Amino acid sequence: MLRFQRPHASVPQFTNSPTVIVMVGLPARGKTYISKKLTRYLNWIGVTTKVFNVGQYRREATQSYNSYEFFKPDNLEAMKIRNACVNTALKDVCDYLNRDRGQVAVLDATNTTPDRREVILNFGKENGYKVFFVESICDDPEIIAENIKQVKLTSPDYVGCDKEEALADFLKRIECYQMTYVPLDDNKDRRLSYIKIFNVGSRYLVNRVQDHIQSRIVYYLMNIHVTPRSIYLSRHGESELNLVGRIGGDSGLSQRGAKFASALGTYMRGQCISDLKVWTSHMKRTIQTAEALGVQYEQWKALNEIDAGVCEEMTYEEIQEHYPEEFALRDQDKYRYRYPKGESYEDLVQRLEPVIMELERQENVLVICHQAVMRCLLAYFLDKSAIELPYLKCPLHTVLKLTPVAYGCKVESVFLNIEAVNTHRDRPENVDVDRDPEEALETVPEHI
Amino acid sequence: MKHRSPSEQHHGKQPRVGVPTAAASASPQSDMEDKPTFTPRELTQNPLKKIWMPNKHGLPEKHISHRMVCMTNCPTLIVTVGLPARGKTYISKKLTRYLNWIGVPTREFNVGQYRREFLKIYKSFEFFRPDNEEGLKIRRQCASAALNDVRQYLTEEGGQVAVFDATNTTRERRDTILEFAEQNGFKAFFVESVCEDPEVIQENIVQVKLGSPDYTNCNTEEAVEDFMKRIKCYENSYETLDEVLDRDLSFIKIMDVGQRYLVNRVLDHIQSRIVYYLMNIHITPRSIYLCRHGESELNVKGRIGGDSGLTPRGKEFAKKLNQFIQTQNISELKVWTSQMKRTIQTAEALNVPYEQWKVLNEIDAGVCEEMMYEEIQGNYPLEFALRDQDKYRYRYPKGESYEDLVQRLEPVIMELERQENVLVICHQAVMRCLLAYFLDKTAEELPYLKCPLHTVLKLTPVAYGCKVESISLNVEAVNTHREKPENVDIHRTTEDALQTVPAHF
Repeated sequence: MLRFQRPHASVPQFTNSPTVIVMVGLPARGKTYISKKLTRYLNWIGVTTKVFNVGQYRREATQSYNSYEFFKPDNLEAMKIRNACVNTALKDVCDYLNRDRGQVAVLDATNTTPDRREVILNFGKENGYKVFFVESICDDPEIIAENIKQVKLTSPDYVGCDKEEALADFLKRIECYQMTYVPLDDNKDRRLSYIKIFNVGSRYLVNRVQDHIQSRIVYYLMNIHVTPRSIYLSRHGESELNLVGRIGGDSGLSQRGAKFASALGTYMRGQCISDLKVWTSHMKRTIQTAEALGVQYEQWKALNEIDAGVCEEMTYEEIQEHYPEEFALRDQDKYRYRYPKGESYEDLVQRLEPVIMELERQENVLVICHQAVMRCLLAYFLDKSAIELPYLKCPLHTVLKLTPVAYGCKVESVFLNIEAVNTHRDRPENVDVDRDPEEALETVPEHI
Repeated sequence: MKHRSPSEQHHGKQPRVGVPTAAASASPQSDMEDKPTFTPRELTQNPLKKIWMPNKHGLPEKHISHRMVCMTNCPTLIVTVGLPARGKTYISKKLTRYLNWIGVPTREFNVGQYRREFLKIYKSFEFFRPDNEEGLKIRRQCASAALNDVRQYLTEEGGQVAVFDATNTTRERRDTILEFAEQNGFKAFFVESVCEDPEVIQENIVQVKLGSPDYTNCNTEEAVEDFMKRIKCYENSYETLDEVLDRDLSFIKIMDVGQRYLVNRVLDHIQSRIVYYLMNIHITPRSIYLCRHGESELNVKGRIGGDSGLTPRGKEFAKKLNQFIQTQNISELKVWTSQMKRTIQTAEALNVPYEQWKVLNEIDAGVCEEMMYEEIQGNYPLEFALRDQDKYRYRYPKGESYEDLVQRLEPVIMELERQENVLVICHQAVMRCLLAYFLDKTAEELPYLKCPLHTVLKLTPVAYGCKVESISLNVEAVNTHREKPENVDIHRTTEDALQTVPAHF
């Protein structure tokens, strides 16, 4: 069967030449925030991406940070070190894209002078990499101050410093760059590929998008925002099929599931959220759960549970009995394994991409979904790899509250105190196709 | 949670506001907090679309909000801006076609059309001179008439997006439109096309202006000369959208046919989708080839779906397809298939690299997979009838609908827009959806578009639309096209139901 011979992803990747994304901007303009977020997104959709933060290299090269004086444009000694750091970073980029088969490298540094950018462009040309610049321009002092507060004051550079001192030093650091900062120029840089982001996204200038991946990057960057908000992820209440250990299907809530729905309503009301959006799948159990909230909700087919194909509505014991080889293959590579006439986690991620995009656009959202779906969404927010994703713990009757903070996401796990079956099956020790049924079923959770 | 205003749709019970009132609805869950057990409301599954909906007194509630595209409550007014021959109408028509295809009811309103209907005869560019008072009056009236129709479309006819296609080159005119939008509760989004490349403008004029009703009785030179003078009339008063002066507006400025874009204040999902689409389209000449896989084993048995291989005739077609592609002499052809054996086998015969897309897989017929129509009628006569009643929206049990297919194919369309020469080897329902996008077919027409086996459709963008060439590669195949039968009633006889089933083994 072709499914085994040619493990294609569900969507062609469209990256031939590797791409180097080059951040541009003064300190505290969100370059690292964008770098990390973009990298997380690209990895999640299956484009291997890595960030190369030149500041990190500098910290490793200089042992300890003294003051902003290091960044003065006339500090030749420091300039030497800083240039060396960029070169080391570029060498690592090369290794990543050539040797380690990375597809995208994000060079996170100020890159505020045409000279520096020229160096990188030449680097790209010599190595056959496409170069795409992402410049963040911001003159809103409030945003910059908030930025500094959130991520700079707690940086390794300012460990043990008094907050006021740190702030003063950092502002002087910005000044050092300001003197030599030349933004990407509409005219001089018209041959370059870039996006300029003004004031955290109220305006964008996009020039010469070359290919598919750059187009996706632009679309993503134009949809993200920094307005504080929370995303609530939860599964449907316990279902009838859950109780009897069967996967998939379209059953209704059990009694306990119904209780959970009610408790969810109480919990969400307690959160006192303005303008909460509620999303469900097209499956009865998520809709029944939403019904208990008494507010408007939207149904997304894309949020439907993973399609288990021929294994729909089977227990794990039955799958082992009827399809022992499939069962073993799944344990060998749970992310890429596709059920016969069904889907894989990899397929799920593709299907969920528009959901993620819309979650980025939205503010407060409650997503009532399913185990595999929730694992995929969670992996996006918590930057989990393809190996970890299918084993993320998403128990019934537990709400995960995700709140963006600094460069990541804070997670609060709230169990609503209503018992439910465990539906989490860990990877068993023996994943060989010739294993015994007991070994295969070793980790199956209990059910009726 | 925010209290919903009474005018908005509710699902289930009334939302809670402060202290629960005693006079709640008759439903048992009126006071959730006090009751330890909660009985979920009854849900029924809509038989056509298989959507679960709450029912009230045994009847399904209407207006379930299920996500196709985010339907903003506010309709959107897209306003084009730009000198003549900058591609405004091209963009308007293309964008309208795309939005309708993804399920957002959209219509364009071309002010030039209104002017032509009013004036009947176009004399010369003099009509557009800025000092022609009479002309100005008529043009203003036409704009007003068009805006009136916009209002009607968006408020009374269920339109979601209206594209107001005119030059709109002065701030004054744009302010008038903004006022109109505000008064009516529409969101305004401007799309400006700026281009100074004389070659592009020339090509534009040749492609669409010379053939315009305005110039039917002119020779080419006269027409071009007059049109250039027409452009001049607008140039002096042209106020382009400005980063500073117009910073509070939502707009995209497209410069030099897509080399550069300035995007300002995208407000919502639909504007974000519009921007993404506009940033992916191009006008480089190219052709898109659509065809189905070669005839498959299940095809000849009259069975739908499945994942079977090619018949000998199917393999013959694949060979002929290879020859055909060679003769087309296409530079850099991309070849796409689904992940089903029959399309891949077909591509293999071409001996070129190809990409597999799972989303190009045939429509999932759920419980009806691999059945013959006769068997579907035998096992699921109700389903079979419902499908004939609304083939576009009908979802197979545990399967998909054409409507679902369109959703899933949207990334393919987006990538087709980005690419140049592409051959897509797919399936009947999939091909119908793609074809409907290129040829602007409605949801009613789409599921009945003829996409026979062993026939390649070559689509070439031209002027405002798409030229289609249908090339049969002269290899016999079964017919898999089932027309809508006369009787679609759920109580019809088996013969009536199977009336239009094509012949098979």
